[in-house]
Amino acid sequence: MNAIVSIRNLSKTYATGFEALKRVDLDIQRGEIFALLGPNGAGKTTLINIVCGIVNGSGGHVAIDGRDIIRDYRVVRAMIGLVPQELATDMFETVWNTVSFSRGLFGKPANPAHIEKVLRDLSLWDKRDNKIMTLSGGMKRRVLIAKALSHEPTILFLDEPTAGVDVELRKDMWEVVRSLRAAGVTIILTTHYIEEAEEMADRVGVIAKGELILVEDKTELMAKLGKKKLVLELQSRLSEIPTGLTTHNLELTEAGSKLVYTYDTKAERTGITVLLNELRAAGIVFKDLTTTQSSLEDIFVDLVRNSK
Amino acid sequence: MNLHGVAAIYRFEMGRARRTLMQSIVSPVLSTALYFVVFGSAIGGRIPEIEGVSYGAFIVPGLIMLSLLTQSIANASFGIYFPRFTGTIYELLSAPISPLEIVLGYVGAAASKSMILGLIILATASLFVPLHIAHPVWMLTFLVLTCVAFSLFGFLIGLWADGFEKLQLIPLLIITPLTFLGGTFYSVKMLPPFWQTVSLFNPVVYLISGFRWSFFELSDVSVGLSLALTLAFLGLCMIAVWWIFKTGYRLRT
Repeated sequence: MNAIVSIRNLSKTYATGFEALKRVDLDIQRGEIFALLGPNGAGKTTLINIVCGIVNGSGGHVAIDGRDIIRDYRVVRAMIGLVPQELATDMFETVWNTVSFSRGLFGKPANPAHIEKVLRDLSLWDKRDNKIMTLSGGMKRRVLIAKALSHEPTILFLDEPTAGVDVELRKDMWEVVRSLRAAGVTIILTTHYIEEAEEMADRVGVIAKGELILVEDKTELMAKLGKKKLVLELQSRLSEIPTGLTTHNLELTEAGSKLVYTYDTKAERTGITVLLNELRAAGIVFKDLTTTQSSLEDIFVDLVRNSK
Repeated sequence: MNLHGVAAIYRFEMGRARRTLMQSIVSPVLSTALYFVVFGSAIGGRIPEIEGVSYGAFIVPGLIMLSLLTQSIANASFGIYFPRFTGTIYELLSAPISPLEIVLGYVGAAASKSMILGLIILATASLFVPLHIAHPVWMLTFLVLTCVAFSLFGFLIGLWADGFEKLQLIPLLIITPLTFLGGTFYSVKMLPPFWQTVSLFNPVVYLISGFRWSFFELSDVSVGLSLALTLAFLGLCMIAVWWIFKTGYRLRT
């Protein structure tokens, strides 16, 4: 195996009794972009914080590149960069000083050329002498990324990197992440946004209520999550689906007043045109139609339910 | 050893002092100068010499101690509490740096600032009263030990506090009264016997007594005892800091 992060039986129960992680097993492969998806309070941040040394695990074991994160903390932590979810910054410091501070803190000698490159890549070079308190929220987020990259990590954790960030900046960040991956950096990101995982990740893990429900290749998961529903409100109720239409993925709901067609948005043919033609041929008239897509949260709930 | 990490914290903290020069240096120097004017010159002129030392000069070591104690605690407690308050502590906890190195950075910087401040106050005092330091090496030893011990103590307060109010609580309610009652402005020997005995339970008495001895060879308690108690306090603070990092108290959940 080529796992750079190896998590075994990891559990965490806080002093309040809240069980944030329940015996999680996870391997992150070297050089991949792994997206950890999950609703609020699912355990994403706790998982990242344990790996990075901010929170103590209650049980289990984490190894980075084969080394224990507690016993070999010096070697392991020097390999990791963390961009936290909260915009926690030294507001009275300048951008240059705070990024240089991070490099020193992680045990690296000063390297102004590297700091300059990081700041330029993140479009922060013009702001290098500005105090952080004068920057916008998006710029502060970039500063946090610059701090995480200051010591040239080989693994980068991005905890909700694009929360509250505008579309343009989000795309810029995706670009930065891609270039880091091209340079061989392993990236683990948590997100609420399915499109973010879709855009960037190689593999996706879904976590809910402290349990890792599934870990899958992104393409396969997208196919599952890509289901959409077409709801037809019928003029008159049906007692059953006409036999000629049973080949379609149809469901009769609300006492026969609605016909629901589930289809795959990623498929070459959705089958909608054929279905509508056949409905007309069968003499079924509808007065309204809507399409719905399950939200990510709904999908998580379904996944949790199915996993039990 | 992560020396780059220690240096980064040290530079960061010293940079903070430069940014807040008024609060870090000017303000304590000004308030000490006011003490000299009021107690040393205005009132002190009417007070006779104490064991051959003019009252203005007698209060100098005590006033320096007063500033050292309060500023060491304030510097170190704020230094570590502020990252906890703003959330930037995440970086410290996730960095490849040991507890000892973190303490070296923060306490080293806080103690350095106090030492600089102590020497500036000493220089300021010499403008008001003629000063003679009988044992300069011991004077510096007591200065350094006090700065380090109380910076460590301040670091502990900064870790313990869960609000700005608690940060002020111990310095205001315990340290300042103990310092004022610890012989800053008088010799403990001037008190009635009962209060002399009570004073011996005040640890600050030993600090001021030892420090004053290095100036004038005058002391309320033996110098060896002063040194031993200062070292013991330093040791206690070190053990407490070690325990905090070992258990993660208030740092890691």
